[in-house]
Amino acid sequence: MIDIQRAGLLTTVQDLGRTRQREFGVASGGALDPLACVVANRLVGNDLSAATLEITMGSCVLRFTSATLVSLTGADCHADLDGKAVWSWWRFPVARGQTLTLRPARFGMRTYLAVAGGIDVPETLGSRSTDLTAGFGGFEGRALHDGDRIPIGHPGSAARNVQPLGVRPPLWLSDPLAHRVRVLPGPEYDDFTAATHKRFWEDPWQVTPNSNRMGYRLSGPEPLARKKNRLHDLLSHGVVPGVIQIPPSGQPIILLADAQTTGGYPKIGTVITADLWRLGQARLGSTLYFSECTAAEAREALREQLRYLEQVERALAWHDRGILRAPKLTAISRLRA
Amino acid sequence: MTTLKILPLGESALVCEGGASATSATLATQRRVWHLAALARNWPDVREVVPGMNNLTLLFDPLATDIEMLAERLRDAWQTPPAAGEVGRDIEIPVHYGGEHGPDLAEVARHARLQPKTVVQRHAAPEYIVYFLGFQPGFAYLGGLDESIATPRRAEPRLAVPAGSVGIGGKQTGIYPLDSPGGWQIIGHAASVLFDPAASPPALLAPGDRVRFTIASLDL
Repeated sequence: MIDIQRAGLLTTVQDLGRTRQREFGVASGGALDPLACVVANRLVGNDLSAATLEITMGSCVLRFTSATLVSLTGADCHADLDGKAVWSWWRFPVARGQTLTLRPARFGMRTYLAVAGGIDVPETLGSRSTDLTAGFGGFEGRALHDGDRIPIGHPGSAARNVQPLGVRPPLWLSDPLAHRVRVLPGPEYDDFTAATHKRFWEDPWQVTPNSNRMGYRLSGPEPLARKKNRLHDLLSHGVVPGVIQIPPSGQPIILLADAQTTGGYPKIGTVITADLWRLGQARLGSTLYFSECTAAEAREALREQLRYLEQVERALAWHDRGILRAPKLTAISRLRA
Repeated sequence: MTTLKILPLGESALVCEGGASATSATLATQRRVWHLAALARNWPDVREVVPGMNNLTLLFDPLATDIEMLAERLRDAWQTPPAAGEVGRDIEIPVHYGGEHGPDLAEVARHARLQPKTVVQRHAAPEYIVYFLGFQPGFAYLGGLDESIATPRRAEPRLAVPAGSVGIGGKQTGIYPLDSPGGWQIIGHAASVLFDPAASPPALLAPGDRVRFTIASLDL
């Protein structure tokens, strides 16, 4: 068990989300930084699909009622275990009764905590992720509260006597307040004027406080106007995380993992899958810039991310001399499209 | 017959638009969308199918899929008309109309210049068709509302609409599967469970189903 002594702003159980449920109107859900979630799991010897805790902006206190192996990835919350510093993108053993304290995140937005054996909540619709909007999955379908006791899986024998170990994090942007993400023009891109296109690619877009796991509402210097040729909204289409919609206000909304499955607003673009984790780490109040890219570049970015994960797997396998199971990475595109 | 317009949505999804118009839908086109969805669901490289209103979105693995070939297969499949015969099931949904379950029934009646009882009769008369599910888990977009009772959405959306609420929003009607905020005019409440995450499938309704609302009670 993990005793949640201080749950922080928003802590939820997340894995890599749901597949094949969109046609029932069910969001994919899952970790907003799937890359950090996967690495956290692999550090403690879990399958890619094990459940982790997604901790938003740190400020969290957790007590372990049994010995296990733990890892922290994603946003660095300069954590300590009973007063002794532990690092981000590292794994470390925890003894029964020890307390892990996460302070406010210095960079980024979301920290992933994995334990050997995973967070042991039941699967709902093929995933342990919390769907906050619909109120199912995860721990009682909700964010964690102070005083919750979260069941954890048994660490396998491989997780015992494992030495602390860290991995190289994926490349973080040097300026924590500005993020550039790559975007493919969307199906309704041509509904916007050339002047609007220019502003979309050049203007800074601020992540407003009115943002959540469903989507980021952005605010820019000037609203983005459509050509006058469409009087009505579009018929509802399927949408995916990363889609940038332009509602009548002209201020973009980027859909994230918990977004609804269909929408009727025009889609000016889609953030590429390989950059979704950067969105997940973009803080409220930070600035986003959009860079146009091609589908071939988007696929290459995904391959590059896979190569990073393969390096992590190789480093871990080498270190543990086969104690962790051999890498079984399919494609990072499994980390939700 | 209309051709299928195929547009990319990011690097791992395609949107297929089947209708002649981007702003109005037909049942004939929607039947072809269901047919295309049923075929594409079984293609090994297709990860998910999401029917929309006269359109279909497909999700696939961008590193394992030749998008040009997938688009070609979709165009070919679109040329194959659906086999004759109805798809879907007949589903009856008993509704408690009016009273505390339907706080906006009077407003809909006023807007339609009809008696509340007539509004309820006209709401319960047609056979509705489930076009697709979206907006929230298990929420069905229904076609077939009698236009004489179409009513604009509320100026101020309610912060909390209980699960099972039956509402009218413009020319659409539907049932909220979950407690949620909502702007539709609520005229009644259905006892049926529209969404149950523990069930398989989790949604009561599926595209192609024919829905009839029956008057379980009427509180004027």
